[in-house]
Amino acid sequence: MIGRLHKTAPGGSVAVADANDDRPFLEVKDLFVKFPTEDGLVHAVDGVSFTLERGKTLAIVGESGSGKSVTAQAIMGLLDRHQAKVSGEIWLDRLNLLALKPAEVQALRGERMAMIFQDPMSSLHPFYRIGDQIIEAIQAHRSVSKSAARHETLEMLKRVGIPAAARRIDAYPHQLSGGMRQRVMIAMALINSPALLIADEPTTALDVTVQAQILELIKQLQAEFGTTVIVITHDLGIVADVADEVAVMYGARIVERATTQEIYEHPEMPYTLGLLSSIARMDRDVTGRLEPIRGNPPSAIRLPSGCVFEPRCPYSGLTGGLSKTTRPELLPTGSGTDHLVRCHLLPEQRREIAAEVMGKLRSVKA
Amino acid sequence: MVILLLGLTLVVFVLFNALPGDPARLACGKTCSPDVLDAIRHRLEYDIPMWEQYFRFLKGIFFGRVYGDNPATQLECAAPCLGYSYLRHESVLGLIARSFPVTFWLTVGGFVVWMVTGLIAGIYAALKRGRWQDRSLMGIALLGYSMPSFFIGLLLITFVVLQWHWLPFPKFAPPEQDPARFIQTMLLPWIVIAVLNAAFYVRLTRNQVLETFSEDYVRTARAKGLPERTVVVKHALRAGLTPIVTAAGLDIAYLLGGAIITESIFTLQGLGQVSIASIRDFDLPIITAITFISAAFIIFANLVVDLLYAVLDPRVKVG
Repeated sequence: MIGRLHKTAPGGSVAVADANDDRPFLEVKDLFVKFPTEDGLVHAVDGVSFTLERGKTLAIVGESGSGKSVTAQAIMGLLDRHQAKVSGEIWLDRLNLLALKPAEVQALRGERMAMIFQDPMSSLHPFYRIGDQIIEAIQAHRSVSKSAARHETLEMLKRVGIPAAARRIDAYPHQLSGGMRQRVMIAMALINSPALLIADEPTTALDVTVQAQILELIKQLQAEFGTTVIVITHDLGIVADVADEVAVMYGARIVERATTQEIYEHPEMPYTLGLLSSIARMDRDVTGRLEPIRGNPPSAIRLPSGCVFEPRCPYSGLTGGLSKTTRPELLPTGSGTDHLVRCHLLPEQRREIAAEVMGKLRSVKA
Repeated sequence: MVILLLGLTLVVFVLFNALPGDPARLACGKTCSPDVLDAIRHRLEYDIPMWEQYFRFLKGIFFGRVYGDNPATQLECAAPCLGYSYLRHESVLGLIARSFPVTFWLTVGGFVVWMVTGLIAGIYAALKRGRWQDRSLMGIALLGYSMPSFFIGLLLITFVVLQWHWLPFPKFAPPEQDPARFIQTMLLPWIVIAVLNAAFYVRLTRNQVLETFSEDYVRTARAKGLPERTVVVKHALRAGLTPIVTAAGLDIAYLLGGAIITESIFTLQGLGQVSIASIRDFDLPIITAITFISAAFIIFANLVVDLLYAVLDPRVKVG
């Protein structure tokens, strides 16, 4: 529907292009992000690695401060190079983003990868008309006339379900509702048909009824444009609806990674179990209490030397002190699927615990 | 606005006429007989009640007025008449019309210099926040801010004019006659005006840009892949412009009322110099008129700034 120009790789230098054709569409490898502060070094992202195939949706789930947004901003190249120390590799479409020059990443931003943010009110510039803000995004990457860009913008606004788009194109953000503004953000992110879309808590600031509409819209557009999507959320409840795969983040690390179905049916990491127990769901007995995870997230300045979840984990005693001293690796669970978990508990122990917790949840439901 | 201006005339008029001191005696000079004094007082219309003086003053602004009963010595002051100075034997309006262009060009030139340097240096400092470029710019700004303008002025005259002969001594020449000479002679006064103000605007601009840098919409602008220059100027600075415009509007208005010290250093015959001379001579009509005009500039600037808000920020509605 939307015309798009042929895309050329910026730079295309040997140092950053990868001859390896087997490389997945997105590969994050040993990503570390540190912020030097007056109180000490903040380890915002501590060795995150994952891959994502083209056209798939990955949900990164975790609570505030778990490093999920910083991971996304590192991929987008939005971290201030003077404030954040970023290391590792981020391969997008066989380009190592961390080895590119700032101008080259800038050329990719909004063109090959785009992002929508949590709060659509503050994410749109209050002084400019929404149409002009989208036109600006088009003209930042393609040399098209203003009128052609405006026409394209109008089509996109219609596509994301803005009623009376021909009139709203000249509206200012404050004249639109929250849901409409998020639709505008989506239109702006997708206007250059990016291959990767990162949605950072896209529905958190919206009404519950609007949340479902926005998620549905993202899903539709993803199918239409063949976009690869990363959804960042703290709400496991919305993950089931949109994601193919889930990465659970805790304390700046990925602690469990599996397909969505696997996460819901056979979770293994105690933290994931805790998350699942704390979801409010309509299909569960509403008289039962929600089970919070006790304790507080670890300080990003002093991450625990062993397992990051150890201080809050009710089962850490079963590891014989190993989880206090040794950092666990993200390893296959051995169940045959692509299920990775970062936990010192023995596979049998994990499955036993999971069966017990999930059994309790199901019995409450019945 | 009109009511405010009318109220202003009343306050200014009452304020200065309630001051102790007799303008007639001053106009008359040291050797003065009571008869002559009375005659002058009559001519100056200080012998009538104050409310009537005020009424005549107001009437003069709209319709003009005539001083004196004797047709031979009558003085006609056409509308808008702001009064007549017996000390200078000149209508106040004529005097102001003569000196205002000096102040006007001094202000406008200084404004351009300080805004350009202030904005550019402020943006640059914001971009280099925390690093040596930022720190040294802020240090220079503090220095400029704390130096008295007469000191900077005298320093410039001593070196640039007297020692190195780079520029002629400042002397006002209207720009329409010889633009090159106009700029040459006004450059130093502009710099003096600009140093003090630019120092303030560097800090203001830097802080505004830094504040909007952390806004979500600036992150959105970056996420769109816009060049950093566009992000800074079109998105960050644009959003932080409102306080800068407010300050600029009031500063211009303030200077238009006469830059007393700068005009004195360079002996430019602007409103500032006229004000000082008139205060020294207790030349009431001139003091009243200049005070009124200065205050009117401030009121007018406030109105313009308010209107600019609506242009700058679509969320602000006029009316």
